[in-house]
Amino acid sequence: MSTAKIRKIVTVVEETAIESGHGIEPPTRKAASMAVIENPFAGKYQEDLEELMVIGAEMGALLGMRAVAALGVGPERIESYGKAALVGENGELEHAAAILHPRLGAPLRKAVEKGAALVPSAKKMGGPGTPIDVPLGHKDAAYVRSHFDAMEVRVPDAPRAGEIVVVVAVTDSGRPLPRVGGLTTDEAKGEDGLR
Amino acid sequence: MEPLRVRKYQLVSEEIRHEGGPVADPPHRRAAVLAVIHNPFAGRYVEDIAGMMETLKPLGLEMARRLVATLGGPEAIEGFGKGAIVGAAGELEHGALWHVPGGYAMRDALGGAKAIVPSTKKVGAPGARLDVPITHVGASYVRGHFDAMEVGLADAPWGDEMVVALVMTTQGRVHARVGGLQVSEIKGEDGLR
Repeated sequence: MSTAKIRKIVTVVEETAIESGHGIEPPTRKAASMAVIENPFAGKYQEDLEELMVIGAEMGALLGMRAVAALGVGPERIESYGKAALVGENGELEHAAAILHPRLGAPLRKAVEKGAALVPSAKKMGGPGTPIDVPLGHKDAAYVRSHFDAMEVRVPDAPRAGEIVVVVAVTDSGRPLPRVGGLTTDEAKGEDGLR
Repeated sequence: MEPLRVRKYQLVSEEIRHEGGPVADPPHRRAAVLAVIHNPFAGRYVEDIAGMMETLKPLGLEMARRLVATLGGPEAIEGFGKGAIVGAAGELEHGALWHVPGGYAMRDALGGAKAIVPSTKKVGAPGARLDVPITHVGASYVRGHFDAMEVGLADAPWGDEMVVALVMTTQGRVHARVGGLQVSEIKGEDGLR
């Protein structure tokens, strides 16, 4: 089974030091790592998407490790995560689903340690430079309200028609100034992935 | 002059393996660092603004340091560029304040790069994208290193902010093949050839 043909990898780190005039100490930080890969099924209808599921597993490990490394912290310090795929015009939305859903999660959870919660995801079709908002949720307890967020990313020259952009995003923090209540990180048990 | 207020940083790094041609080994790398800062002159015309260049110097040094660390040290850097996006309550001239501190910081970090640092600037809304031009650090005419990197943040600049950017690369374009001055032909005297 073939592995991903990667054209480029883009990694973005955002560090917010001031929000609405308030200093954030330490700054909140998010990182996204994106791989631009060849879509092996571009331009044709393929019933069996196994090859993309294998690629999904590879992406979970590679992009998970890269995003965590970009924050310069150990995996235990990661607080939330998310994933997304953007499929070029000769592909199909289902290709994104094949990469994201069956097998990407397990290796990503290894990269961040634990990860009891569902990995929130987004997918769409698009062209070079199309932005995609990667949803973010707490990695062990999906209901932690302070960590509901998203990170907008894009690669100016991808996806070309026969490509897919695969994204993994992680943070070491929630929103900069969370104050709408709900389950807090202190209260989260992190056993069932929800609370 | 008010002290510098940085709201956020963004660091983007790209690892380019190919663009349809032979796979580069090692891959080409480029990175951009952006800082979102408050524009103390937003909302009115201020004649004397040049003092802010001094305020921006430590920021430039910090940004250049982050880029060099990301790309693996000063010896690895072959291309550079800089730019600014001024929020809508500011003026294009405010973006020009970045020329001296941005360029000075990269020369300092790279140990005496001779070429002029290419730049772009504009006034823009949050989400505005800026194509930051890139040329060889030692000789502006090296054709294989003429490039640009598109940068921007979804939530900046607000009206009273500026986004300042620095870009560095480890090599030229991944499939450069249109001739011109080669790296091996650089004389390195005037910063041009």
